[in-house]
Amino acid sequence: MSAIKITAPITDDSVIENLKAGDLVLISGVIYTARDAAHKRIVEALDRGETLPFDLKGQIIYYAGPAPAKPGRPIGSVGPTTSYRMDPYAPRLLEVGLKGMIGKGTRSKEVIDAIVKYKGVYFGAVGGAAAYLARCVKEAEVIAYEDLGPEAVRRLVVVDFPAFVVNDIYGNDLYRIGKCKYMEIEDPELYRC
Amino acid sequence: MREIHVDKVRETVKRLCMEANYYLPQDVLNAFKEGKEKEVSPVGKNVFDILQENAKIAATEEIPYCQDTGFAVVFMEIGQDVRFVGGNLEDAINQGVAEGYTEGYLRKSIVSDPLFDRKNTGNNTPAVIHYSIVPGDKVKITVAAKGGGSENMSRLAMLKPADGIEGVKKFVLKAVNEAGPNPCPPITVGVGIGGTFEKVAYLAKKAILRPIGHRNPDPRYAKLEEELLEEINKLGIGPSGFGGKVTALDVKIEWYPCHIASLPVAVNIQCHASRHKEAEI
Repeated sequence: MSAIKITAPITDDSVIENLKAGDLVLISGVIYTARDAAHKRIVEALDRGETLPFDLKGQIIYYAGPAPAKPGRPIGSVGPTTSYRMDPYAPRLLEVGLKGMIGKGTRSKEVIDAIVKYKGVYFGAVGGAAAYLARCVKEAEVIAYEDLGPEAVRRLVVVDFPAFVVNDIYGNDLYRIGKCKYMEIEDPELYRC
Repeated sequence: MREIHVDKVRETVKRLCMEANYYLPQDVLNAFKEGKEKEVSPVGKNVFDILQENAKIAATEEIPYCQDTGFAVVFMEIGQDVRFVGGNLEDAINQGVAEGYTEGYLRKSIVSDPLFDRKNTGNNTPAVIHYSIVPGDKVKITVAAKGGGSENMSRLAMLKPADGIEGVKKFVLKAVNEAGPNPCPPITVGVGIGGTFEKVAYLAKKAILRPIGHRNPDPRYAKLEEELLEEINKLGIGPSGFGGKVTALDVKIEWYPCHIASLPVAVNIQCHASRHKEAEI
């Protein structure tokens, strides 16, 4: 499969416009990890009008909580966590400038609509491939909410981090496209393609 | 009576926590190979390559296969002729989990209480422990590292006896379909049927410990396992949920007699990181 190389943070909307559900991308640059507890704090900080621990503009958030690093390594195993748990928070972050999210699993209609509205993108990484994905992380540093342990916000420097475009700005959804291509049961009670 | 020092339990639990997280069982590795051959989607085949590579890196470098190193679920099969000495058995098990997760560079994923503080306990304790008393003077310890993503997609229903085989099939298929890409397919589907509300969930969890390809000894349930596997693999979810023919590597059923009024069924989904290790003392 040929891959599209992109750089994080995303400073130009044309990068987003070029991405279509099903594309394989290799992400290099700076991304941030955040999961449930960190999202709650970020949104609470936004509500109180406080400055965030990092500027969300153009950033990609990786829904992940790494395993501890062995001595001499930048990070432990680090694969994506299930994204739907961040659905209540994601539209708000997209509204203030977040561009990309990396996770695994389906998103809510609200998130998919917000991706279209604010020109964002949702990437799916291969869930569970955490030892493999850790090799793409060259540097890692906790920059906020250290008390959350694995859920702290980390700034990662990544090189050629592989992920698939799942939800694009055109309203496409790779999970739906993939499922409908291979589904062999016709049962509208189960799924409508 | 055979005396076993609890330190032996602690050391064994510690080792099993680490080994379960570094080394995928051979049956799962074999299933990846077969899965890649069966899969028709090019992206799906690519996912199998990545999973095999991931398993190789984890085992060689002794780092966790998945960053979610799970809830430590410990099954203790204790011979009735065994007497534990040297301390409290439950404390020894939890100490073993704490040491395994800390010294093994495994992620600590347990919070102190589910609703109020949700403060990380810092050493992945407490474990969920299931005890059973069996004949003999041995102790069999199984540690399963159960990830949150697939556990969250698990479901339980108290069906009517009239729902029968079709009702069970429909419920299992619906649970897997709704889970979609979330529980990290290719999955193993553990199904519990019968017993009571709590028993059926335990059966579903026990079911996923059986090696892939081992059928239920009762030919009727074995056939149901095969039928469910075939149906699930028609759902189109595929590896990583990107579409394909291999959504599940296997379906396992464990059953128990039940009340005349009941037909309990539980679905416990296991992600491809099917991590469990056992040892006998």
